[in-house]
Amino acid sequence: MYDAPHYTTQETAVTDVKIKAKDVQVYYGENHAIKDVSVEIENNTVTAFIGPSGCGKSTFLRCINRMNDTIDICRVEGDILIDGDDIYDKRVDPVQLRAKVGMVFQKPNPFPKSIYDNVAYGPKIHGMARNKAELDDIVERALRRGAIWDEVKDRLQAPGTGLSGGQQQRLCIARAVATEPEVLLMDEPCSALDPIATAQVEELIDELRQNYAVVIVTHSMQQAARVSQKTAFFHLGYLVEYDDTSKIFTNPEDSRTESYITGRIG
Amino acid sequence: MTDASMDSAPVKGRLTTVDARTRKRNAAEKRFKAYGLVAILIGLFFLVVLAVSILRSGLPAFTQAEVQVEFTLTQEEFDAAESQMLKTRAYEDLFIAALQGQLEERGLEVAFDPAAIERLLGKTGGTIREFFLENPDRIGTPVTFDLAASSRVDGYFKGRVTRDTVVDSRFLMVSDLDLVDALADAGIITSSFNWNFITGSDSGVDNPGGAGIGVSVIGSFFMMLVVLALSLPIGVAASIYLEEFAPQNWFTDLIEVNISNLAAVPSIVFGILGLAVFIQFMHLPQSAPLVGGLVLTLMTLPTIIISTRASLKSVPPSIREAALGVGASKMQTVFHHVLPLAAPGILTGTIIGLAQALGETAPLLLIGMVGFIARAYPEGVVSGFIDPNSAMPAQIYTWAARADAGFYEKAWGGIIILLIFLLTMNIIAIILRRRFERRW
Repeated sequence: MYDAPHYTTQETAVTDVKIKAKDVQVYYGENHAIKDVSVEIENNTVTAFIGPSGCGKSTFLRCINRMNDTIDICRVEGDILIDGDDIYDKRVDPVQLRAKVGMVFQKPNPFPKSIYDNVAYGPKIHGMARNKAELDDIVERALRRGAIWDEVKDRLQAPGTGLSGGQQQRLCIARAVATEPEVLLMDEPCSALDPIATAQVEELIDELRQNYAVVIVTHSMQQAARVSQKTAFFHLGYLVEYDDTSKIFTNPEDSRTESYITGRIG
Repeated sequence: MTDASMDSAPVKGRLTTVDARTRKRNAAEKRFKAYGLVAILIGLFFLVVLAVSILRSGLPAFTQAEVQVEFTLTQEEFDAAESQMLKTRAYEDLFIAALQGQLEERGLEVAFDPAAIERLLGKTGGTIREFFLENPDRIGTPVTFDLAASSRVDGYFKGRVTRDTVVDSRFLMVSDLDLVDALADAGIITSSFNWNFITGSDSGVDNPGGAGIGVSVIGSFFMMLVVLALSLPIGVAASIYLEEFAPQNWFTDLIEVNISNLAAVPSIVFGILGLAVFIQFMHLPQSAPLVGGLVLTLMTLPTIIISTRASLKSVPPSIREAALGVGASKMQTVFHHVLPLAAPGILTGTIIGLAQALGETAPLLLIGMVGFIARAYPEGVVSGFIDPNSAMPAQIYTWAARADAGFYEKAWGGIIILLIFLLTMNIIAIILRRRFERRW
């Protein structure tokens, strides 16, 4: 039914560590939301974060591109390194970091602008195109990677908010990849989509793996099993178990993981 | 026993019969709807009463009884009049002669004395002399003079003054009304649209016929320019900072509370502040639209800040996340995405703030933009800002405080003009809002 084990072993053998987190603690005011999380996320791999609601998986995801900086009361301790650079170093500008670490959100959130402008916005503000022709190329490439080009190529000037939910989410993925990130974070990207749109996005995620390290937070264990090669199980702020997806779903080491994937907790 | 307890249990009736509880709830709903409707009808009733009374009292201000006399002044008459001691009196005699001639031409004979003409038309001689001194080339050619009739004659035409109510005084004698009737029959005195009311300036206390609101409209216009130029950028910048950038601490909380309170401070307090700071401390000119604008800016700022913050807050956070997610800086996020989405709300708030400032009178009392300020149109932009002027509401206030019933009418007329401006601004606000929101 799913052949993840087959290419998991194959990929992990040749890929390197992209993101390395060590003893990460996150506090929301007094609330200790993430406790001692250490994890190594590999390049060209889809890593799924699973766990019950409020377990800290989204919080940890948002640490990787410093989206938590926008929350006043949020405090992050520990080290998160991307390609060996500490992203919480004082010299790191979060704006530059976010161009390198793209993000797709739970609810499709296209800008209330045209489809073209949605995708072109990132490249424009990062000065990636010198002229209109280059920008057109970037937009087309991004929309193709977002697997939505064929559906929208005739109406690039139509509003992005006029697309269907699934199309909007793929547009958001196209927008995220347009800035040529190296890591793609996805926060429950399919939770607002119907099964058909979900299947399309999942297929897309598997393709995106060729170029990026993809980290996906999901509530659906089936989805984690379908799209990921590595899975991390979070519970009450702790990273309980992190291993190959096939191992987590067939032979978990921790009893809590087993309880969760068999539906006894969560 | 069991039967009794079964009876008291709620009876499950058929769906087609409405039970007592439902009937009660439906009745309550119906009553509430009726209350709402009554409240709206009461509001509408007062609105209609207000509109009718304003229109009824104010519309007469837009017409004015005028005497049209065709008049030819020969060079000899001019020289003779100029050589006399009482020059204007000489012109008046000439004018009366001309008027009498016209009446006789039409076959009407009414006895009247020069004093009656003065009561009807004021000092005509001065007006005529001024005209010919300014236009000496018109001497010897027929000139038609449109002279505004006095307030009471005007009132007689509008039905405000009747033969029963008029009391002999230095303003009007009952016998003068015979002359007025005769002049009206002859078509010499007619009621025409009073352009001077819309374009003119204030006049002396005994000449309501010559009073116009035009110059104070210009005063209000320059004031609004100051308010717009200052309050929009300052207000929007302050709101963006407070809403998007400022840290959440006791200091910003304090500012927030103060802004909300400032919106409720009585406007006369702002007037005193303006008097103390702008005039006594900074020595800016008194009665100047610049100072008026500064004071009204202080008043408008809280309104603009509150509405701008509300519209910034209403932009969904997902848009901010989306922009930050693709690597936009905070400022790019705000200016590229949040501000355009908040623009309709900001514009509406600004225009409502401006409309409020346009109708504000109390602060103007304190900085001297009220009282008798009759002046010509400002000569230029600078003069428009710093020369003494009045503003529409202040002008209305001044007129309402004067004794002559003619000014009372002008005050109502001024209110109509002020309301037209306010309505126009509100319509612009609605149109802008629609236009910006229709983007998707």
